[in-house]
Amino acid sequence: MRSADNRITAAVRARNAAGQGAFVPFLVIGDPDFETSLVLAKALVQAGADALELGFAFSDPPADGPVIQRADERALAAGITPPRAFDLIEALQKTHAIPVSLLVYYNLVLQFGVDAFYARAAAAGVDAVLVADLPPEHAADAVRAAKRHGVAPVFLASELSPPARLERIAALAEGYVYALARVGVTGEQRAIDPNLAAALERMRAATDLPLLAGFGIGGPAQALAARRAGADGVIVGSAIVRRVADHLDDRPAMIEAVRATAAALADAAHAPIEPKQKSPMPSGAVPC
Amino acid sequence: MRHTGTFGRFGGFYVAEPLIPALEELESAWIEARDDPEFAGALAGLLRDYAGRPTPLYRSPALSEELGCAVYLKREDLLHGGAHKTNNTLGQGLLAARMGKTRLIAETGAGQHGVATAMIGARLGLDVKIFMGSLDVARQAPNVQRMKLFGAEVIPIDNGSGSLKDAINEAMRYWTEHIRDTFYVFGTAAGPHPYPSIVRDFQRVIGEEIHAQLHAAHGRGPTAVIACVGGGSNAIGAFARFIDEDTALIGVEPGGHGVDTGKHGATLGAGRAGCLHGSISYVLQDAHGQIHEAHSISAGLDYPGVGPEHAHLMASGRAEYISATDDEALDAFAWLSRREGILPALESSHAIAGARRIADRFGPDDVVVINLSGRGDKDLAHAMAALDAREAAR
Ligand SMILES: Cc1ncc(COP(=O)(O)O)c(C=O)c1O
Repeated sequence: MRSADNRITAAVRARNAAGQGAFVPFLVIGDPDFETSLVLAKALVQAGADALELGFAFSDPPADGPVIQRADERALAAGITPPRAFDLIEALQKTHAIPVSLLVYYNLVLQFGVDAFYARAAAAGVDAVLVADLPPEHAADAVRAAKRHGVAPVFLASELSPPARLERIAALAEGYVYALARVGVTGEQRAIDPNLAAALERMRAATDLPLLAGFGIGGPAQALAARRAGADGVIVGSAIVRRVADHLDDRPAMIEAVRATAAALADAAHAPIEPKQKSPMPSGAVPC
Repeated sequence: MRHTGTFGRFGGFYVAEPLIPALEELESAWIEARDDPEFAGALAGLLRDYAGRPTPLYRSPALSEELGCAVYLKREDLLHGGAHKTNNTLGQGLLAARMGKTRLIAETGAGQHGVATAMIGARLGLDVKIFMGSLDVARQAPNVQRMKLFGAEVIPIDNGSGSLKDAINEAMRYWTEHIRDTFYVFGTAAGPHPYPSIVRDFQRVIGEEIHAQLHAAHGRGPTAVIACVGGGSNAIGAFARFIDEDTALIGVEPGGHGVDTGKHGATLGAGRAGCLHGSISYVLQDAHGQIHEAHSISAGLDYPGVGPEHAHLMASGRAEYISATDDEALDAFAWLSRREGILPALESSHAIAGARRIADRFGPDDVVVINLSGRGDKDLAHAMAALDAREAAR
């Protein structure tokens, strides 16, 4: 199976083999500026990230809550562009061999040129690309380009995606499946969605790929809860990005806050947990 | 999804996964409702008795003289609510009720779509939330008051340019968060499938009436139909009946300060194909795909995207899209008021201005219909201030 070659898949599987979960923190490339975000990315690696999810700033991100919207605005104001963002990934890979997944909106891919985008991503050291607003029905061009250049196409799956849809997603996806930990936009939540465990079970029935839970994971407690619900790892965005916003006038404090937040999340994600008990199906859950 | 919702290489449903089941549910409900005589009957009843359809087709002496041919105005300004938007919100409101949704949300630019959504929400007893850019809240104050009187909550949006595109982003986010009980009443013929088709079908009544009324009054169909284009709902509603006929279809986009100044909303005239708000269409954007802010004196046309069917009609050569500047629209606003005693919305003033701009194309045998999409009462303060400022500058 090809996806086993992918560095992200391998990193998650290595954690899982040790009874641990993977930790994948998120940053917007170029937030608050190019140089600082490169330093922040390295701090995340040092804090224990198994892979990074890096966002390309977009002017109109409808899947993002206010924290990431502001990060996109800061990055754009500081002059980030997709070519520059690829340069940052390339620079990062020179010093830190960390798997990277991109989060982008489709217009940025279209304007770059679909094939050229994936070619440049592969050359920069990108392992996977999730296009947030590209459902499988419209993904033929992107998936073809991704596969041609050896980049894993990643898709979102939600608790509202019925089994037939999960099959369709699984048929195209490589690398991992991005399991939405909530029905909504990005942003920290106090508790994880109570339907997550049942949703992960349905996804598990459709794919052998790792399931990384993301959207709304606000801190170590939710990271642990997502692991207990059956996720193979967690993706954490707003909780990290908020530390950037909190310290815009003090770079050392910003870097330290991001590092410390990531380290606590990494500990929670990596904590060994009891293998999940096969519990009886909760009432109301859709059987797979 | 049963259909992909594509128009040539445009359209589709480019949204994040959580919205897909909601769009599928909407598509099924719409396909079933379309074929249900009970739904059609309920909508026709509301359109007639509540909203005042059919609206008149009025032969304008002033415009006929100006263009040198027979010119008719389709009087959507006389529709309840003051604009064509009511055709669509009555339809989508009935659809929402049929689907058992308890809350309506909508974006609005000029406030006409917000008013029309608040209206049907009041009529059906549904909770209504309207997302409106803070710039538009300021320039369309009477409509904000009307929405509140109808019981809607108006949520001002400060993000980005504080206009229509930002209101759409925010409404999409709210919908994603409240997908189970909320119906998104999309206000124009753009957005992800099935909205462009649903909105066209509910606005199609404009062109159907033009066809019937013009045959009755003039014994023939129009040689040209002219409409302003924001997202494109009044235009596609006026055009749809005539797409397969030999009628010139002319859309008028907002030229703002001038299409060469960069401060305009002429998406079809000056944009490039791209993906915004859930579909592929023309978009005002930079080289990397970041969306530009549009500019127009008219809040309802101040949008950097446009409906995908218009993109296809332009690309295939079936329709033509021209523009009228802020100044030309203001002139038309004052001119029609003075010459006909009809106060057009600033949006609709673009259609009048566009027709005056291409007057020399028409000969005595032509029959031109201009869709007067709405009335201008909402624009009085804003337009009078702009007219005064222009006077002072002279
Ligand atoms: C009177 C009027 N005409 C036109 C428009 C533009 O919208 P559309 O292009 O969807 O008809 C608006 C939008 O608010 C409006 O209020």
